[in-house]
Amino acid sequence: MSAPVYIAGLGVISAIGRNVAENLHALESGEAGMQAIRYLDTVHRGEFPLAEVKASNEELAALTGVPDGKRMTLSNVSRTALLSFIAAKEALESVDLKRSGLRVGMVSANTVGGMDKTEAFYRKKERLRDVILHECGSVTEWVADRLGISDQLTTINTACSSSANAIFFAARLIRHGLLDAVVAGGTDSLTRFTLNGFNTLMILDREYCMPFDEDRRGLNLGEGAGYVLLVSERVAASLKTAPVARLSGFCNRNDAFHQTASSPDGRGSFMAMQGALESSGLQPSDIDYINLHGTGTANNDLAEGTAIDRLFHPSYPPMSSTKSFTGHTLGASGGIEAVFSALSVQKDLIYPNLRWKTAMKELPFTPETSLIKDRPIRHVLSNSFGFGGNCSSLIFSKP
Amino acid sequence: MKIYIRAIASISPAPAGPGGNPAVSATDLAPAPGNRLTAIEPDYSAYIDAKSIRRMSRIVKMGVAAAFQCLQEAEVAVPDAIITGTAYGCLGDTEVFLSRLIGQQEEALSPTAFIQSTHNTVGAHIALMLQCTGYNNTFVHRGFSFESALLDAVMLIQEGEAKTVLTGGLDEITDASHAILERFGLYKDGVADGEGATFFLLASGPSAKDHAILEGLDTFYKPSTTAEIESRIDRFLSAHSLKKEDIDLVLTGADYKHLCGEYPTASAFGLAMAVGMKKDRILIHNNYLNIHHSLMLITKC
Repeated sequence: MSAPVYIAGLGVISAIGRNVAENLHALESGEAGMQAIRYLDTVHRGEFPLAEVKASNEELAALTGVPDGKRMTLSNVSRTALLSFIAAKEALESVDLKRSGLRVGMVSANTVGGMDKTEAFYRKKERLRDVILHECGSVTEWVADRLGISDQLTTINTACSSSANAIFFAARLIRHGLLDAVVAGGTDSLTRFTLNGFNTLMILDREYCMPFDEDRRGLNLGEGAGYVLLVSERVAASLKTAPVARLSGFCNRNDAFHQTASSPDGRGSFMAMQGALESSGLQPSDIDYINLHGTGTANNDLAEGTAIDRLFHPSYPPMSSTKSFTGHTLGASGGIEAVFSALSVQKDLIYPNLRWKTAMKELPFTPETSLIKDRPIRHVLSNSFGFGGNCSSLIFSKP
Repeated sequence: MKIYIRAIASISPAPAGPGGNPAVSATDLAPAPGNRLTAIEPDYSAYIDAKSIRRMSRIVKMGVAAAFQCLQEAEVAVPDAIITGTAYGCLGDTEVFLSRLIGQQEEALSPTAFIQSTHNTVGAHIALMLQCTGYNNTFVHRGFSFESALLDAVMLIQEGEAKTVLTGGLDEITDASHAILERFGLYKDGVADGEGATFFLLASGPSAKDHAILEGLDTFYKPSTTAEIESRIDRFLSAHSLKKEDIDLVLTGADYKHLCGEYPTASAFGLAMAVGMKKDRILIHNNYLNIHHSLMLITKC
């Protein structure tokens, strides 16, 4: 039950790039992905910035390379599925995995399935083709079917911690000997449903978000997909290329405080981080970088920061929220940030927390503001917390 | 594998029995008329306070009540983990928020329906009401939603991460979902739409209350032929060192879906019903649209 699980491949699409190389370039050069709304059809254009993937559905459809179906063109497929396919395919094909004889699965996550098309169903002619991918699991199947993955499929929705839990669950399927390789992560496209939902909660920033800043005003929503290719030790040894990283620890806990808000002391986040450290056999001092959940809301950053203070006091590792680049991509965020965390371990990088100015008065530490590449990064802690008190932490280590 | 099923509670279109499992055997009830079966909802005040009942949507009430009934039967105050499976999630609130945002052109919306629309709402509510800070997960994969939750529970117990796990499968019908699924042609040839919330308290070790032992679980996706289905069943049996004649009863959807209706998490109802039957070793084969197949093997205590 404690066999190592390796990350052999990565795939990502977000507001800062359509693949791993483009995302990495933007992270290194400090280019944020949020801007005025361009693609989402909403009355809130001009009101909130969004971190949209810079491509129309037609352009995304072309990027997938999948031919149009007999009954519907690819641009009629949910944007959530198109994003998922692009990133999952990159992760699967980034290494020379000989799939014959291997049991390969897909564990994905998303929070609203094909809601973008369901909105069209409700707005227009109630065409059945617009609700084919309404279910969260249908999005996963659309992608898995086209990637030829069928040995084990499932989908998780624990709100904003969904794809961290997908990676966690996938790793356990390997440890239990049920699968040899799994494409694991998550996807979400921007929809009017989520934009308006978060707007009713009054936690959207009308400017670019400022995670972990005293003057933070809220979050910017984003979209995208991020997947890791997890493999067993035996499969990792059979590959020509060395693994990117090892998934060394994980933990899932519940804050059990409120349906949407975090407890002031972040008890769920504290237990998740502490549990992840325990499962990896590491001490707090072993962590070289924390990829924060860091949404930029008053509540999250205080709860997460307080929990970090309790766990890491008195020496705090460098930390940053890459949501300052990608926005909060909800069900995709744990997957996208898993890719960024694995790259941090592989390339010895600490990413900047963009636009940060003022220390939070409650916290004795501050996030990193510029790119750091002068030290080995052995272990990265990545946090994902969500509605319903769902808190998960993952640890990525050098292989 | 040996996972002890200590308690069951099911809110479904079929009348519930004293042990929480559906009280009827497959032959006791005539098929219900029409193509939509509605869950028989209990008096929620036995499980949930009046203020919360008013705030909760139908699926949340069904889920929370079934979960609490299950814990009461098991005499477990707080489980180590809570894992739910739901294909559609909180459809009622999703539709409310969606139709308001379209009807009101995205203006003057209230957050309540949005907050309660998330698929993990039921699992989160149970955790909040119990103050259960342990492992909490929600699977949302169509006809594998409950099976994935069950697999997660089994793995947690095998890992020693949990001794008791509350796990359940739940889905609700709404007028809109029924109309859409009817247009897709799901309810033909006597197949009726169904719904329900069925929870199990699974435990790592035996107790005096156990109903059955879960000994095997497997799923397979989109089998191309009947022969492939047969070979998957053969493989499953041989993996458990069993032959066909060792199975006392094979329970399929044909034996229970006229009672609970057809829906993605009907397999939870199937498992609950199997546990209530007087046979020693039962194989449950659930088939959802010939896309999602699952096999569950139980022996009686």
